[in-house]
Amino acid sequence: MTEQQRAGASGDVSLAGLSKHYGDFTAVRPMDLTIPAGSFFALLGASGCGKTTTLRMIAGLEQPSTGSVSIGDRDVTGLPPYKRPVNTVFQNYALFPHLSVADNVGFGLRRRGVKDTRKQVQDMLDLVELGHLAKRKPTQLSGGQQQRVAVARALINTPQVLLLDEPLGALDLKLRRQMQLELKRIQTDVGITFVHVTHDQEEAMTMADTIAVMNGGRIEQLGSPVELYEAPRTTFVANFLGQSNLVEAKVTGRADGDLLLDAQGNRLALPAARSAADGDHLVMGIRPEKITITYAADAKIADNRNRLDGGVIVDAAFIGVSTQYVVRMPWGQEFTVFEQNMERDPRLVPGATVILHWNPTHGFGLESGDLTAGIAEASEDAA
Amino acid sequence: MSALGTLGAGTTGGADTKVTEPKRRGRWVPYALLAPGLLWLVVFFAIPMVVQGSTSLQTGNLTKGYDLTWHWATYWDALDQYYPQFLRSFGYAAAATVMCLVIGYPLAYAIAFKAGKWRGMWLVLVIAPFFTSFLVRTLAWKTILADNGIVVDVLNKLHFTNVTAFLGLTQDDRVLATPLAVICGLTYNFLPFMVLPLYACLERIDPRLHEAAGDLYASPRTTFAKVTFPLSLPGVVSGTLLTFIPASGDYVNAQWLGSPDTGMAGNVIQTQFLRVLDYPTAAALSFILMLLIVLMVTAYIRKAGTEDLV
Amino acid sequence: MAVVNWLRRNVIVLFGLLALGYMTLPNIVVLMFSFNDPNGRFNYTWNGFTLDAWEQPCGVAGICDSVAVSMKIAVLSTLVATALGTAIAFALGRYRFRARGAINTLLFLPMSMPEVVMGASLGTLFLNMRINTGFVTILIAHIMFCLSFVVVAVKARVLGMDPKLEEAAQDLYASPTQVFLRVTLPLAAPGIGAGAMLAFALSFDDFVITNFTSGNTVTFPMFVYGAAQRGTPPQINVIGSAMFVIAVLIVMIGQIRASRRAKQRA
Repeated sequence: MTEQQRAGASGDVSLAGLSKHYGDFTAVRPMDLTIPAGSFFALLGASGCGKTTTLRMIAGLEQPSTGSVSIGDRDVTGLPPYKRPVNTVFQNYALFPHLSVADNVGFGLRRRGVKDTRKQVQDMLDLVELGHLAKRKPTQLSGGQQQRVAVARALINTPQVLLLDEPLGALDLKLRRQMQLELKRIQTDVGITFVHVTHDQEEAMTMADTIAVMNGGRIEQLGSPVELYEAPRTTFVANFLGQSNLVEAKVTGRADGDLLLDAQGNRLALPAARSAADGDHLVMGIRPEKITITYAADAKIADNRNRLDGGVIVDAAFIGVSTQYVVRMPWGQEFTVFEQNMERDPRLVPGATVILHWNPTHGFGLESGDLTAGIAEASEDAA
Repeated sequence: MSALGTLGAGTTGGADTKVTEPKRRGRWVPYALLAPGLLWLVVFFAIPMVVQGSTSLQTGNLTKGYDLTWHWATYWDALDQYYPQFLRSFGYAAAATVMCLVIGYPLAYAIAFKAGKWRGMWLVLVIAPFFTSFLVRTLAWKTILADNGIVVDVLNKLHFTNVTAFLGLTQDDRVLATPLAVICGLTYNFLPFMVLPLYACLERIDPRLHEAAGDLYASPRTTFAKVTFPLSLPGVVSGTLLTFIPASGDYVNAQWLGSPDTGMAGNVIQTQFLRVLDYPTAAALSFILMLLIVLMVTAYIRKAGTEDLV
Repeated sequence: MAVVNWLRRNVIVLFGLLALGYMTLPNIVVLMFSFNDPNGRFNYTWNGFTLDAWEQPCGVAGICDSVAVSMKIAVLSTLVATALGTAIAFALGRYRFRARGAINTLLFLPMSMPEVVMGASLGTLFLNMRINTGFVTILIAHIMFCLSFVVVAVKARVLGMDPKLEEAAQDLYASPTQVFLRVTLPLAAPGIGAGAMLAFALSFDDFVITNFTSGNTVTFPMFVYGAAQRGTPPQINVIGSAMFVIAVLIVMIGQIRASRRAKQRA
């Protein structure tokens, strides 16, 4: 019986007060986190946010400055990587160039003393549809094939936790989409806990059950993709995950569970339950696709909707499924609006005066803060 | 072998520390890896230099032994008596270095950019001569430059020897036993040391840079002057150093292809040490040679401004 | 006109070929004169064709013994210099430590010092310590001057190795010893091999430093040097040419195998 089987069936990963600093630089602030067994968990953030350091501490490749890492009910903090029931799919794969594909995949089994690995290796390679390339060297494979070898090499060891460090970063967009679905399928099939580090918010949302958005060495918000998108709790999350229109507002009153707001002289409503802020001042946010844009001259808008008047279209970009408008508000801020291309109003062209309106329950409230937090980090993705 | 043992022990030992004491894991590992080799260099390279420095200031003789008397006069005597050899050393070495650059640059350029699929073959041909002992190959030059050989006949017919004689490089229509022969021998012996670093440097230049320069209205000549050559400068610097330094210390070429009138610093050191057995003088001469080379190389590197050479 | 254009386009290649000719000419002469039947003690002028020297390569007293001595020294100094140099290269490429600058200088100096200076200073050391020069002192000297070259060759390779590969091996249950044997060493092997070959070539061919540290031990270069004064038998050319041919064959076989492997992949 191997050590990792003895550790028990529960594959919860628990981080308690885990932190890492290099000299004066703090990479990860003390963090408490439990990743439930069998889940597909994503650590999402821009480069330098501490997500990879966190992953490496779970793998044992980095020693934490404080705190502990437990897998199941076993504290593994002091264990070197080769004694942990954890395997990693490395960024750029780190396939051994001097070994064949089959030898790469069988590497872990052989280190653990398994004598005849041929059958297992072949089965694993067949699973990732690379059975016919077993004798090749990694350099002779395409990027997508290398990626699958890296996954096979880790999964064959049936770890309790599989760590994925930007596993799709080196692939082109189309292949990345395909591999996202494939990884998700594999995870559902094998039921192993996946911890996935990525800077790509779309990738995290497609694959993960739970996402932790990291920023500056801390977890900003933890939740399901829907929670994070529909109810972000910080300006960073609102801007980093998808796009948001944010506007400073003052709470002027309460009625029927709604907060009544004054934003740049406009009266708006927001369900109190959808606000993460307590004080008199907050930031009101609304996603671009939740806004309806209407030509101002003949607008008939229901009273129960939030509305902002006096916006002028400065840019309209036709993207096929939708049109994206940039609207300059009377106080100078620019709002982004996505409108589905169903019944396009031909008068909505740059220069037109419009009214923006939305269902108050689609808005969200955030603590006052930097309205642009996370925007720069999100556009880094393009690289 | 004890050295291999140390290497193995260093790695595994480091790992054990890693398990028990994660915070301070294997801090001593690099020192364990460095120690045996560096100790060897200290004992058999650095200390001999010190001993040599001390010997150069000693007086005495073989039978009675030597005492450190801080006898600086050895240096002045050595310089006074042997300055022509030092001048010749650096003169011949400089000439050979320039010749190596003139011959080696086009060769390296051709291998890097023009050889195509024959590149491997060209490189083999550059390195292959090395496999025959350089002494044997230098002896062959005695045959090639022999007084009534084809080469000298042709050079005489072309009146080339008249030109070189005018420059003081040859005498009496012969090449062997003249400065020209010594310079040719030095050039030949150290040419690969010029070609290989040059090639390594040129090979790294992206050929698209040539296309880009051409696209931006540079003629092939301008492209070379403004793009290729500046990018190959690190190769030129290391090539000239790798040629000049060993050439200025060489004494086999001067002894075999030259005459007593073409003796270089190496010849004097060797003679004083192995024939005359005047160890203080040999040590002083060797120290002077080292010092002059260090000075010249430092000045050159300062001027050429190159990074890490190791 | 066409000829002029062709010349202009290929002038560099022609010049390169001329340079190659200059570099290989002595080897051709050496090979040619290994078939010479010299008139007298010196083998400098052509006198007639004979296979004598090739039939009796050891026909001259001491020549084959000197080759054997050179071989022994080259093999031993290659082993030691490669082991010591590889260790240093790993330390330089993979670890942080104090006095890096001083260590780099200590490694750089032996490569930038004329051999005659190193030879004379080592000779002075042995003389002062009253150590009799011979096989062991030659070995010591050769290890000393080969060491830095091994470091340069191996360090280049170590720096090019992705440290992630070793992490991946650890992640796949390889203990540090296994990581070293299964991943690090195989990956560094080409650099170590290149360093070892360089060390062997440098040691086998060294004359200048050996001249100061050899005592009565005669290596092949020492034999040739002595012969140049007493008389040069064609056997010298036979051994020189044989080494050349063997080395070229080894290189060519290596190249052919590499290209065949590349074809199989494609």
